[in-house]
Amino acid sequence: MEQSEQIVSVEGLSKSFGNFVAVDDLSFTINKGDVYGFLGQNGAGKSTTIRMLLGLIHPTKGEIKIAGLDIKNNKTAVLKKIGAVVERPDLYTYLSAWDNISMFAKLSGGNISKDRIKEVLEIVGLTGREHSKVKAYSQGMKQRLGIAIALVHDPDLLILDEPTNGLDPQGIAEMRALILRLGREEGKTIIISSHLLHEIELIANRMLIIHKGKKVVEGEVKELLNPDDMLVDVSYSNDKDVVQLIKNSEWGTFLESGTKTTLRFKMHLDKVPALTKGLVTAGVNISEIKSTHSLEAYFLSLTNQLDAKAGVI
Amino acid sequence: MLKLELYKIFSRPRTYISFAVITAFSLSIELAMLSGGDEYIGLALKMTGGQFDIGGKIINGYLITYLILQSLLIQVPLLIALVAGDVIAGEANKGTLRLLLTKPVSRTQIVLYKFASCVIYSVSLIVWLAIIGLGLSVLIFGAGDLINLKGNMFVVLLKDDVLWRYAAAFVFAAIAMTCVAALSVLFSALSDNAIGPIISTMAVIIVMMLFSNMNLPLFNIVKPYLFTTHMIGWKGFFEDPVPYSSIYKSAGVLILYIIGFVSTALFVFNRKDIKS
Repeated sequence: MEQSEQIVSVEGLSKSFGNFVAVDDLSFTINKGDVYGFLGQNGAGKSTTIRMLLGLIHPTKGEIKIAGLDIKNNKTAVLKKIGAVVERPDLYTYLSAWDNISMFAKLSGGNISKDRIKEVLEIVGLTGREHSKVKAYSQGMKQRLGIAIALVHDPDLLILDEPTNGLDPQGIAEMRALILRLGREEGKTIIISSHLLHEIELIANRMLIIHKGKKVVEGEVKELLNPDDMLVDVSYSNDKDVVQLIKNSEWGTFLESGTKTTLRFKMHLDKVPALTKGLVTAGVNISEIKSTHSLEAYFLSLTNQLDAKAGVI
Repeated sequence: MLKLELYKIFSRPRTYISFAVITAFSLSIELAMLSGGDEYIGLALKMTGGQFDIGGKIINGYLITYLILQSLLIQVPLLIALVAGDVIAGEANKGTLRLLLTKPVSRTQIVLYKFASCVIYSVSLIVWLAIIGLGLSVLIFGAGDLINLKGNMFVVLLKDDVLWRYAAAFVFAAIAMTCVAALSVLFSALSDNAIGPIISTMAVIIVMMLFSNMNLPLFNIVKPYLFTTHMIGWKGFFEDPVPYSSIYKSAGVLILYIIGFVSTALFVFNRKDIKS
């Protein structure tokens, strides 16, 4: 199979719950071997979309094809190709990790050997703890066990819905390393949802941003987070007209906007030190300078809008 | 998958509460009858208002079993609902249903296997009731003629004519309890929390039992269509002659209800969005 072979194809997908439109005319494709980041704020429609990919929620409209098969008519065949952890990995806590994996392995079809169970326990780093009851596990261990269950039948596609939720910083780092290893060493196609751009940036090669159920942008992470698109925000305190001064200087072409106390430039990351020097030379009293990626800034603006609505700001 | 469902049911301590309740209740009645059984029978005979001169051993294992069955078969539905009401809703509540449904098993299979495991659990409860109720009672009190009251008449069944009736009654009780399990599974498919289906099942059974037992003209119209009216059909095996047509009719109604409840559960569950 070639790298460009589509493993997931979503076309015009919508879901409404009564009058509330959770997902609105969403279309995207995922290629084999992709680590595909699915980014959006809480309530953006990520989980609903992921549940539709898994047949847990019935779409109101649209088509989902996985490995060329329409999930509506071939659900069982499609699910054989998928391993998933949806939100928290809720497991049978009164059973051991081994029993949990073994039980779901039987449901996943085929003859899954004890050696394969040992192998997935090794991959997720739970060897030695497999016979402990799951109720004694930490959240991070439960997450890893959830991934072991998703991996046990060796699926082509792994769907991980907010896998770092509820983990401490060390757990997040371990989970990130595990996902990267699964993509690189195990060759899995992975869909990972998150509300953190930074997390997607570190893990995914392609991504989609969803907001209020609609697609905002989709593409290669490297292209979307191109260093040419850095936004540099400068705060200053001067009596003179700094905006006009900058417009007349070599930095004028990079100036996006300006006020009596702030300036915003759009430029490549490499130019930021020269800009700082240039502003100081021009007599601008800089109190703060901050660079953000334009996509990140856009994403943060979505967050701020939502926070403002919720009364946080 | 059936093996897995049974493993889940029998791995949980809650499952054994039902067996413990049946054991405790049966042993209590057996002990009470051992210590004050003659007094109880004397009172019961007085209450009928007649003068009787009955020879032989009235208090025997068969009579005790009959008393246990009469009392306990009203409570057993609660014990069944405790487990059957939890099979789908309990998993939805804990989140494991979500994981289960991401595996390549159809929803129809999931409901049918869960229902089948509930049937096995219900039958095993009835078998346990037979062992503890009938087996232990006969062991303690010995076997004998069974005397029971029907209307104003006593029905006397000879010792050698009783055991097969119990076997048939337990089979009938298993059908009745399967009907309760099917109702619980339906409520379980409708709900995302485990308590709701258990309470709903018991509420339906209590209300229907009231309708079935109260002799009011309005209730009399609906009585023949209520499954609770037919759940006590096992008693027919202790009449002489046995009213087979009425027993078959009751079993038929219960089976129709089972089919109806399970089909509705399949319909609902296959269309349900899993948001839990």
